Amino acid sequence: MTSIFRSVMLAVTLALVGVMTTQPARALVEIDVNKGVIEPLPIAITEFLSGDTLGKEISDIVAADLQRSGLFAPIDRGAFIEKISNPDAAPRFEDWKVINAQALVTGRVTQESDGRVRAEFRLWDTFAGQQLIGEQFFASKANTRRVAHIIADAIYERLTGEKGYFDTRIVFIDESGPKNQRKKRLAIMDQDGANARYLSDGRAIALTPRFSPNRQEITYMSYESGQPQVYLLQIETGQRELVGNFPGMTFAPRFSPDGQKVIMSLLRDDGNSNIYTLDLRSRTTTRLTDSSAIDTSPSYSPDGTQIVFTSDRGGRAQIYVMNADGSNQRRISFGDGSYSTPVWSPRGDLIAFTKQSGGEFQIGVMRTDGSGERILSSGFSQEGPTWAPNGRVIMFFRQPAGSAGPRLFSIDLTGRNEQPIASPNFASDPAWSPLLE
Amino acid sequence: MRRIAALTRNPAAIALFMALAVTGCASKKVPNNPADLGLGSATPGSTQDFTVNVGDRIFFDTDSTLIRADAQATLAKQAQWLNQYGSYAITVEGHADERGTREYNLALGARRAAATRDFLVARGVAANRIKTITYGKERPVAVCDDISCWSQNRRAVTVLSGAGS
Repeated sequence: MTSIFRSVMLAVTLALVGVMTTQPARALVEIDVNKGVIEPLPIAITEFLSGDTLGKEISDIVAADLQRSGLFAPIDRGAFIEKISNPDAAPRFEDWKVINAQALVTGRVTQESDGRVRAEFRLWDTFAGQQLIGEQFFASKANTRRVAHIIADAIYERLTGEKGYFDTRIVFIDESGPKNQRKKRLAIMDQDGANARYLSDGRAIALTPRFSPNRQEITYMSYESGQPQVYLLQIETGQRELVGNFPGMTFAPRFSPDGQKVIMSLLRDDGNSNIYTLDLRSRTTTRLTDSSAIDTSPSYSPDGTQIVFTSDRGGRAQIYVMNADGSNQRRISFGDGSYSTPVWSPRGDLIAFTKQSGGEFQIGVMRTDGSGERILSSGFSQEGPTWAPNGRVIMFFRQPAGSAGPRLFSIDLTGRNEQPIASPNFASDPAWSPLLE
Repeated sequence: MRRIAALTRNPAAIALFMALAVTGCASKKVPNNPADLGLGSATPGSTQDFTVNVGDRIFFDTDSTLIRADAQATLAKQAQWLNQYGSYAITVEGHADERGTREYNLALGARRAAATRDFLVARGVAANRIKTITYGKERPVAVCDDISCWSQNRRAVTVLSGAGS
């Protein structure tokens, strides 16, 4: 078991741990200095055997997922020596070691008599000469992309020790038309940009969609009543409802981690905004802040005990944390510039934010007490971070200067692996779905 | 109607209207000749009259909701006009430039709308005539990536609806 593969695997795991430990940003740099740039793990992902194109489609999706993570380097199939003809038999490990494939994925896709697709795959440690995973999945033909993402998640999890995030979806705002009258529609797609579809007709501006913990609902803001108000939407049925019966404009909604509440901003008549919750069962509303200032962009900690939010009560927009009942409100951001859109990591350890400083917009993370700030990305205009469910990757949107529109990007916590996310049109306000358990 | 008749007999007044129309708002279509001016649309007490001769919008400094001195002058004229033509319903729209995040700018736009409303109310406009709404940075009028555009987008616009006088 003292294979090269194992040590590389350890390096990947270590790199991830380095990002997440509670040491200051300097510690991360130290790890980089000692280990050099983290080399993605070379992995051979063979075309799954099938009588049609499904095998190639699935293995291509697996390879693309793993590559975009920045932790894996799929090897060009043209370099493969062994042609896998029986995925049930052990491969010739020597043939894969020669091309430096630390890990190997083989598989087969077959049609069942009931019309379903059966996808089997095996993950091999080529240097140890052993199988690491062997699993099979059944799905309708329409769900083959999802099967591929589940396989990619299994590989990612086995090789990094971290939960994967490929079998997830993104709700976002699809933007089209000229900037001064841009159409802004709710839309949803897979995390890799596939299967995009609209969830609203675009007649009214819709903004800031966010998933419920069970992925079945989203809460968002829309102008469909003529003024900004927060709504709930059942994704599969399309059923919509207004959230609460508030006397004024509501915006910036998010679910509580148990899915029982929606937290949001309510605009008072004097123009200031406070943070409220609505209990979706009892319909009771609770006011959590009461300042003569802007209080908005609330986001719960994953255990539901704390809430991070934006307030300009100190002059400029800064990040504050309070207990879930509104007590003990305290400022945690003290850097040079203004801070907004704080989002608590699903792991609980970090808060992602948008920072405006020196004429630029930056996406960064800090610990929950405000220490250890690290900027991951800077640009003319970018905002709106959302976390992958494993807390390792952040998606956000970036707007170039001029009349062009925004696009989605992902970046890992090292700040090194930035990836554009495909979308049908301009896109903004991404929100990453949780993983299905 | 007597007022229109008086205007049409007075070429100097028409010329003045033209000049105001040209300088008033660059984004509006400007008629090329007096025949196209459509005096009906510039009837005193009309929404056109309000937009062109009073000014329907004020501008703000970056990340500020303070009503500037130039804006106070515009709002004073607005209040006088609105008090004279009391049957319009009023919506004050608050807007922000793109140099802020989406949710924060929705809040900022709301504050600008409220500050504008409060000024009008202090000048005698009935509070129950005025609604406010925020568009944050979602509806820019000027599209570019420098200060000249941003300053035009940081605005509160007084929009009239309902019957006139």
